[in-house]
Amino acid sequence: MEPHAESPVPAGGAGTLALTRDLFTNFYTFEGVVRALNGVSIVVNRGETYGLVGESGCGKSVTVRSLMRIVQQPGRIDSGKIVLFLNAANRSRGMEIVERTEAYMQSIRGSDISMIFQEPGAALNPVMSVLDQVGESYRFHRMEQMIDETLERLEKDRAGMAGADPRRALRRVQAVFLRAEREGHRRYAARVKVIDDELYELEERQDAEARDRKHALDHARDRTHPRGGSSVVARRVPFLRRYRRPLDATIRAHVVELLRSLGIPNPENVAQRYPHELSGGMQQRIVIAMALACHPTLLVADEPTSNLDVTIQAQIVELIKDLKRTAISSVLFITHDLGLVAEVCDRVTVMYAGDVSETAPVKELFRKPLHPYSQGLLASVPKVQQVDELSMIPGAVPNLIRPPQGCRFHPRCPRRMDICEREKPATVEHEPGHWVACHLYPASTRSAS
Amino acid sequence: MSTTLVDVRALKKYYPVTGGVFRRRIADVRAVDGVDLKLDRGECVGLVGESGCGKTTMGKAILRLHDATEGRIYFGQPPAQVERAEALLASANPADRAQGRAMARIMDLNRMRGRALLALRQKIQVVFQDPTNSLDPRMLVKHIVAEPLTAQKLVSARDIDDRVLELLAIVGLTSDHLMRYPHEFSGGQRQRIAIARALATSPEFILMDEPTSALDVSVQAQILNLLKKLQEEFHLTYLFVTHHLLVVKYISNRIAVMYLGKIVELGPTSQIFERPLHPYTRALLSAIPVPDPESHREKIILTGDVPNPINPPSGCRFHPRCPHAREICRTAEPPLLPVDSGGRTVACHRWREI
Repeated sequence: MEPHAESPVPAGGAGTLALTRDLFTNFYTFEGVVRALNGVSIVVNRGETYGLVGESGCGKSVTVRSLMRIVQQPGRIDSGKIVLFLNAANRSRGMEIVERTEAYMQSIRGSDISMIFQEPGAALNPVMSVLDQVGESYRFHRMEQMIDETLERLEKDRAGMAGADPRRALRRVQAVFLRAEREGHRRYAARVKVIDDELYELEERQDAEARDRKHALDHARDRTHPRGGSSVVARRVPFLRRYRRPLDATIRAHVVELLRSLGIPNPENVAQRYPHELSGGMQQRIVIAMALACHPTLLVADEPTSNLDVTIQAQIVELIKDLKRTAISSVLFITHDLGLVAEVCDRVTVMYAGDVSETAPVKELFRKPLHPYSQGLLASVPKVQQVDELSMIPGAVPNLIRPPQGCRFHPRCPRRMDICEREKPATVEHEPGHWVACHLYPASTRSAS
Repeated sequence: MSTTLVDVRALKKYYPVTGGVFRRRIADVRAVDGVDLKLDRGECVGLVGESGCGKTTMGKAILRLHDATEGRIYFGQPPAQVERAEALLASANPADRAQGRAMARIMDLNRMRGRALLALRQKIQVVFQDPTNSLDPRMLVKHIVAEPLTAQKLVSARDIDDRVLELLAIVGLTSDHLMRYPHEFSGGQRQRIAIARALATSPEFILMDEPTSALDVSVQAQILNLLKKLQEEFHLTYLFVTHHLLVVKYISNRIAVMYLGKIVELGPTSQIFERPLHPYTRALLSAIPVPDPESHREKIILTGDVPNPINPPSGCRFHPRCPHAREICRTAEPPLLPVDSGGRTVACHRWREI
């Protein structure tokens, strides 16, 4: 495949949170290479709800899975860039993540970006209680804070006790080990920060020296783990292990508080239960709780309501909207339901067969869809005031092992031209903020703007 | 002049819950709990409700895919006779009731056996939700579509191929598709095959069990238009089971809203969408995401989940989630009563006030 010129997508400005550029993700199956993403470029800004719409197999899930770097075997991100702007100190400074190691991804997944999966029944671990699953986020990403809070509580406890109380001594021992553990986490965080800062420094440079240094740093980060001094031993000794009980209590309090804030009735009880004991709507709330535990900057919601009933769907959507106002910065919302898009999103990208067809503010898209596929899609949804016959798009979604040449939509397109069969259309900013990839809107408009 | 084709009376379907050492019956899942529904010839009735409300169970009972626990299903029986049997069954006189039972035994689909049932089966067909599962992966399309014809011995072996081709043409497939297996088709085409199979015996009634929910939006529109066309062409009667309200709105003449095994509201589609009376219908309608970013409707967000049908709430089954519940809703079960002369019924104590 020939190298691609960078598509003219909206550039990552100060408000950008995440962007992908010319992303190609392929699945190497026995039948052949499934070309799932065909150069996908999207930009998610801070503070917006961004929608990805399309039919099944259009690559919307693969796009976000690439963004989270969780593309499953036999899939692979073959080329393209994914840049996240998570640096708290300097928001315009991005980090390219396709090349980063798994350890780096693990430290941001669930902490800075987190995901709500499509099927709550499959996303939850059946042998872990709700408490353990939600608490895992805190244990993994927020240990230092948890220990801090626990020590504070222990201190308060001790102050309130009589001098001769044997529990005072117990609290003191617990605090010793917890402090050792915290020291380990602090040292770890400091080391990681030094590495990350240097990685950010090197981000702009493309030369061989910088690349080697990046590799070295990546591996150094891989080898860095929190070590807890005396607590490492204590954690393995049956009786001493109990020093962590106050810590467990802290985490439990956080989980219960989180469940309560998500409108789950009787959270203390629910925390003790296992996923199969909960209804579908409740399970989805638990998945949302796991995603929100660490207050992510970007929440990726992959069809969060597609298996739920309408009334439960309304509850969950309302919840995500609320959280968007209060807790999280941006939401990347994936759905095939255009009704939900209209209700939730600020900006939308319509995808078809691995291509981005059109990106526009939501009102703009519904008022004036430019791409023939968007037009067909919007017309084929039954409306509340539907009187005449539903219009439809003839044919079906193509097989992506042998996708159509040129524009992938051309075999179904009612306004097909000769050029559509030969050339993939470039993405053009037809109107300010309204991008479309179709030969009907020639590139001359782009050079004008 | 429309005549009643399907007349369902007081239909109940309980699934036993067993427990203990001897697997004794300890409770019932009341999937369908006393439903009355009439379908006129040539109309399409939408049966809407959330998952677990009993809409599919109800459809399967009409197909006799399983036997209803109680109640009667009259299919294509003369309405005067049905009324007479029902009147006898409801009478206080034991002799009359015995006579009513004797009449119902002959007319009731739920109690039919052998030849009579086989003959009726020809007139009742079904299209299931997921065509991937409802088509045998080891049968050719030709055999799938021909199977009802051979089972019912309707067409001579010589004419079967012609009839199959004719059916495929009706649903928009060609002779190229004849010698292929289901996995070679896309979801929309598979559903077309399932529809062709349902049409094979020239049925009068087709149960549509969420026929479009496994399909993509653009293909869904194709299938809906096809179903609508077929209904007019062959004068079919549909019972359209779905949870997608806008689909129902598009295809149905009347809508029945089910909640926890009971019909809570029934009426012409346009009237229900214009002025829903039952608070559950209102919540359901307001919860549909509308594909129009400019519309700002007041949303009614229900709290909680659908209760467990093993022990449904007392009184009105909707009262724990109902924003308008009063004392009477907790104690007395509201009957399904007519609202006006236009065939609208609603089961709510307070529909006049709210």
